[in-house]
Amino acid sequence: MHIPDGYLSPQTYIPLFGASLVCWSVASKKIKKELSTKQVPYLAMAAVFSFLIMMFNIPIPGGTSGHAVGAGIIAILLGPWTAVIAVSVVLIIQALIFGDGGITAIGANCFNIAVVMPFAAYWVFNLVRGNSTTPVRLSIAAFLSGYVSITVSAIMVAVQLGIQPIIAQSPDGQPLYAPYPLSVALPVMALEHLLLFGIVEGMVTVLLLKYFMKNEPELIHAVTIRNA
Amino acid sequence: MTKTQKKIWIGLFIMALLTPLGMLLPRLFRSGDAWGEWGTDTLEKLLGYVPEGLRKYAGFWKAPVQDYNLGGEESSMAVQVISYIASGIIGILIVALVIHLISKLVIKK
Repeated sequence: MHIPDGYLSPQTYIPLFGASLVCWSVASKKIKKELSTKQVPYLAMAAVFSFLIMMFNIPIPGGTSGHAVGAGIIAILLGPWTAVIAVSVVLIIQALIFGDGGITAIGANCFNIAVVMPFAAYWVFNLVRGNSTTPVRLSIAAFLSGYVSITVSAIMVAVQLGIQPIIAQSPDGQPLYAPYPLSVALPVMALEHLLLFGIVEGMVTVLLLKYFMKNEPELIHAVTIRNA
Repeated sequence: MTKTQKKIWIGLFIMALLTPLGMLLPRLFRSGDAWGEWGTDTLEKLLGYVPEGLRKYAGFWKAPVQDYNLGGEESSMAVQVISYIASGIIGILIVALVIHLISKLVIKK
């Protein structure tokens, strides 16, 4: 899901930089106000976790590979705005130091993976959970929040890649940037996340939520905020 | 640091030691790059050409540890495995440092 340099036209990556900038400025205001001193040590751990989990590429034999992101569980534990900061930091470091994701695509990648995904996850978690605190309901909510949010994020990526052949062509009609149309990009990205990577993200989200419910139950943002 | 926090940090370092799996498994199953993240060589094979605009942008940034590999594309498996672990550790340090700086700047005591 890390879009490299050259796959997006300037008409796409510049507005997405703008969108991410706005989100970063709101996020920094929000965490200034809302992040509790108890949560601060977990911010670093959350970002480190996201960095590492993205190194675990999972193969689809003979095809392609992908990975979990951890943005869902971070949003549930520390709140979506904190997740925006944690995952954005990771994505920027991945691009600058490790060449994973393009420099020109930093805005797009942060918007897709560090903004859309945590908010989708947080929303799904709260929707499925309702006011329940039973472990089963929380687990189902956590699984679906990871599963749905990474898929939504992948669809965002697919749309941005898939519109490139329409936006930018050479005089002889060849695509200038990402070459595959929506009719290819959408089904591929959606299916691989619905069938495999989404399930992995969902399981990661459930397992970590269970761990925190056992060890640090009062830390969990999505649960404590709504019970308060 | 609480006991839970210490345990989580240990868990994260163990994760860093296991990261080579994330490079070895895809190789074992001959699964290629993530969809939409191909290099120009792979695109040339897939399409028979490299889109002009894409060629212009691709590779303009020389990342210090490109693809989590310290040894370059031709390096041996052992170098790549060590590079992956080293990248995991470098990642932990840089990410933790940057988050620490942000916390200092943004969050009031």
